[in-house]
Amino acid sequence: MRAPHEAEIVACIPSLRRYARGLTTDRERADDLVQDTLERAWGKFSMWQKRGAVRAWMFGIMHNLFVDRLRAQRSTPEDSAGDALPDAPQRATQSDRLEIVDLDKALQRLPAEQREVLLLVAVEELTYREVATALGVPIGTVMSRLSRARERLRAELEGSAVPARMQRVK
Amino acid sequence: MEPVKTSGPGSPITEADLHAYVDQQLTPVRHAEVEQYLATRPDESQRVQDWQRQTELLRGLLDSVLDEPLPLRLPLRPPPSSWPWRALAAGLAIAVLSAGATWFARGVYEERIAGAARPAAGTELTGFAHRAAVAHVVYTPDGRRPVEVGADQEQQLVTWLSRRLGTPVKAPTLGAIGYSLIGGRLLPGDKGPVAQFMYHDGSGQRLTLYVTREAPQVGGQAQTAFQFGRDGPVNVFYWVDRNFGYAISSNAERPELMRVAQEVYRQLAPPDAPR
Repeated sequence: MRAPHEAEIVACIPSLRRYARGLTTDRERADDLVQDTLERAWGKFSMWQKRGAVRAWMFGIMHNLFVDRLRAQRSTPEDSAGDALPDAPQRATQSDRLEIVDLDKALQRLPAEQREVLLLVAVEELTYREVATALGVPIGTVMSRLSRARERLRAELEGSAVPARMQRVK
Repeated sequence: MEPVKTSGPGSPITEADLHAYVDQQLTPVRHAEVEQYLATRPDESQRVQDWQRQTELLRGLLDSVLDEPLPLRLPLRPPPSSWPWRALAAGLAIAVLSAGATWFARGVYEERIAGAARPAAGTELTGFAHRAAVAHVVYTPDGRRPVEVGADQEQQLVTWLSRRLGTPVKAPTLGAIGYSLIGGRLLPGDKGPVAQFMYHDGSGQRLTLYVTREAPQVGGQAQTAFQFGRDGPVNVFYWVDRNFGYAISSNAERPELMRVAQEVYRQLAPPDAPR
């Protein structure tokens, strides 16, 4: 019989993929991250002793892998996390695509640690405490990263909001 | 270590309160206080609205990922070493949760499958998944004779269906997840016979498992991700494994079907599958 936590882990996968896609626009890279997260989760699965909600735990694993990857990337020339790949994969069938594209770019331009916090709070709806646990930082750090992320995004979107809206009208 | 956000009632509103307001993480009392505060501070109110808009946009950007089928390479269970009784192919797992029947995990499969499995356009479900949904609708409402051979003669049922399909088939045992076998029947498929097993849960809700050998081969890989589709009130989870097509139909919601599908897959997957 399937252990309850096993089902819980499987149930997390769609959220993990959503989060990974927010961290990195590239679909393949995002799923690599999910795959490694799952492999690690299954590896640690038997040792896992109800240390908190499964979801937060899984996001914590993904965070560690993500940080490892950023470190590895830093030693390679392709350092600019901000540049969307030329053939960025298709996203939502959203009517306001232009705004979405701007948002995606702005999101990717955020420093990784701010991007993580913003996504975990706003999209994954983790509590601040869960985010702090997942990322291994104090709650005050979560709040300041959240604040900086939101302000920065606000400034970026404000700059592009008007033309985007005008183009959408036609 | 209490979060900043829990500044008590009556204390000055901090920026952390404003974030927690946007993120619905305040107590009702504090929430009301922040609301009151914002009513008198248009600048702060604008900021909060912008943050709320950001949240909406971010979800709009990313939520569609939730409905994508999972890539086949994602491991959906612990590796067999730690779960020795489950000698399933671990590295490659079958995937879940497609919103529509038209999206496949691997883009490259898409066209080939489209050609093989969907001779006709039209309803969302096509091919054997559609036939499964129709068979479900036809036979599950039948009060008197929903099946040809009942569960009391399960061995005969299985022997008969195996002979007619020309390959061993078996009815998965779903008691552990709350379904018992009613029985089964033989049905005409596209070109040959197919098997339908019917189950019901404690409330009488019926579920059918449709097994066919007429599943399309996909570029030499006789396997696809779990697909999800719907035909009217019937939800269908279906997949292809080793040239067999499986479809589970029910009026139940998707998570419930996924649960059943995983169990069925677990039981029917050949233990020695080389992956």
